[in-house]
Amino acid sequence: MAVTSPVATELSDDSTPGGGSGGLGRFIGLRLLSGLGTLLFVLLFNFFLFRLLPGDPAARYRAVKNISAQDLARIRDELNAPVMEQFWAYLRDPLALQGISAWKGQPVWDLVGGRAWPTLVLLGTSTLLATLIGIRVGIRAGWRRGGSFDKVSTGVTLLFYATPEFWLGLLLILTFSSGIGPFPSLFPSGGVIDSGIEPLSMAGVVSVAEHTVLPAVALAAVYLAEYSLIMRASIVDELSQEYLTTARAKGLMDHVVRRRHAVPNASLPTITLIFLNIGFIIGGAITVETVFSYPGLGLLTFEAITEQDFVLMQALFLVFTVSVIVCNILADVAVAVLDPRIRT
Amino acid sequence: MSTLATAATAAEERSGQPLVEVSDLRVRFRGYAGREARALDGVSMSVGSGEIVAVVGESGCGKTTLARSILGLVRPSSGVVRFRGEELSYGARALRRYRREVQLVLQDPTGSLNPRHSVYEAVAEGPRVHRLKDESGRVARALSQAGLRPPERFALRYPHELSGGQRQRVVIAGALALDPRLIIADEPVSSLDASVRGEILSLLLQLRDELGVSLLVVTHDLGLAWNIADRIVVMYLGRVVEQGTTEEVLHRPKHPYTRALLSVVPEIDQREPVVLAGETPDPCRVPAGCRFHPRCPALASGAAAAAGVADDCVGTPLAVLPAAGGHSAACHLHP
Repeated sequence: MAVTSPVATELSDDSTPGGGSGGLGRFIGLRLLSGLGTLLFVLLFNFFLFRLLPGDPAARYRAVKNISAQDLARIRDELNAPVMEQFWAYLRDPLALQGISAWKGQPVWDLVGGRAWPTLVLLGTSTLLATLIGIRVGIRAGWRRGGSFDKVSTGVTLLFYATPEFWLGLLLILTFSSGIGPFPSLFPSGGVIDSGIEPLSMAGVVSVAEHTVLPAVALAAVYLAEYSLIMRASIVDELSQEYLTTARAKGLMDHVVRRRHAVPNASLPTITLIFLNIGFIIGGAITVETVFSYPGLGLLTFEAITEQDFVLMQALFLVFTVSVIVCNILADVAVAVLDPRIRT
Repeated sequence: MSTLATAATAAEERSGQPLVEVSDLRVRFRGYAGREARALDGVSMSVGSGEIVAVVGESGCGKTTLARSILGLVRPSSGVVRFRGEELSYGARALRRYRREVQLVLQDPTGSLNPRHSVYEAVAEGPRVHRLKDESGRVARALSQAGLRPPERFALRYPHELSGGQRQRVVIAGALALDPRLIIADEPVSSLDASVRGEILSLLLQLRDELGVSLLVVTHDLGLAWNIADRIVVMYLGRVVEQGTTEEVLHRPKHPYTRALLSVVPEIDQREPVVLAGETPDPCRVPAGCRFHPRCPALASGAAAAAGVADDCVGTPLAVLPAAGGHSAACHLHP
């Protein structure tokens, strides 16, 4: 929290080294470069991985009904070309924009694009829930370590942390969706929106919300537990820091000491973790999306694997690795912005 | 001693009221398995205006707990802390007002500064909490007073860019920004390089001389106490065992414990080194009689028996030393 008040700037001296934005800019530049390097490696890896896999992609295409004869001919030519030629073509168009799904016969990026927004909705909701609740619970538990709130919350979060999210998802479907015993069927399961509704209309938003509640809760419970446990541990580490004593001795109230000193310094590991998790959830909600038949990228991955759709898998892998790389960079930059020790 | 400090001491003597006075302070902590640690077990002492008092003792003797109770960071189980004759109350507002007057400087300047706050923010925190006017002026003044000149060269730096001595100066500036009457320094130089120690000590002396600030220096180092203190309070296992002016305590020590401590300080007069035997003090098990008797060289050598007080040493508890009353020791042999 680099509060640079006008008075502080007044006191500043241009010759003061370090801590300036120059260091930060350099840091971000370097981080972007190394991210680009990783991306290049992933592109190469992605090409060879799917050519080393067993199975016959051509056979898959023949089974597709609605593929045009023209597309089929082009795919046949591509697959018959020598590997080096294929590699060359891939390097010129690494996103495989021309790729046709062997499962649906559509361009893969249309499929990926159509499935991306439900995943983003799910990701946003669950991350928001997990972050807001998890961090608060962790702070409160850690600040009064060993207190009754800490005992209860640590027990509950450990339980959530150990729970497989797909199993929790099944339980949620059983109790809140299929209607068991006294519980009526509260939420629909399957899909992200009722058919025939425009997603951007009022009714569409409500329908999407109804479909997203249960999978978001299942996903949030696990990540909430993780954030809470990490945050608690970081706060407990802070408790013994002498600058908290110094701050108290200056007359700061307990909650101000917590807000101004302990929480900002303790939140760095959790912030890193949140960004890293966002990268993984984009591709990693496979089990939750499958259990809820939630048509996002996770379910699409599951379908691509069962249908042996190599082109679709290749596109999805690219999306997932790029999201992980981008989130890694974001995490590093966020921490550098927050912590002056890292950028100098 | 400068004229200002002398004047302050004179004024205090006239009013007969020390700046801070603690009487019969007791602090207990609950340990494992229901064991109770008596961190402070009856301490009375005082600090006058413009006076530098050193509290000396081994680790575990309760000197840090004493410092923290004077700051109001630890609530005593019994006994009172008085500031300018007024009993310290532990309400949030009262404590906040009190903490403008009494400030803390800790041993490790790296740990006492928030690594993510710039020097300016660290020093400005106190004035902000107390909503003092002219924040930047105060910060600049405090930084110069602490020897960080020119202040604008340091304001926007972060602790990790400074040396250990500079960091300790920032901590001291943070205390000075509130114009305190008393600074409590807990081992202020023990984590610093030898070359920097002298600088920080002379800074502390200078603050007393120029600003009339009182200092309570907690240390295990008698040599340091010798260098800066007007008065010395020696603690052992939660009690004051000897107190008096620096001259009196260091040149004519009464208590066998003080003598043993002094015998191994090279700066002060050469004595035959006395190495204390026996177990190190455990505040969960305070010995009966004189709390020092299991390790007392005077008892072990038979000097106490020769004076006919050996039974008292083992069996008769000593009274708490009063805060006032000149050079005194809690000892059956040398009362």
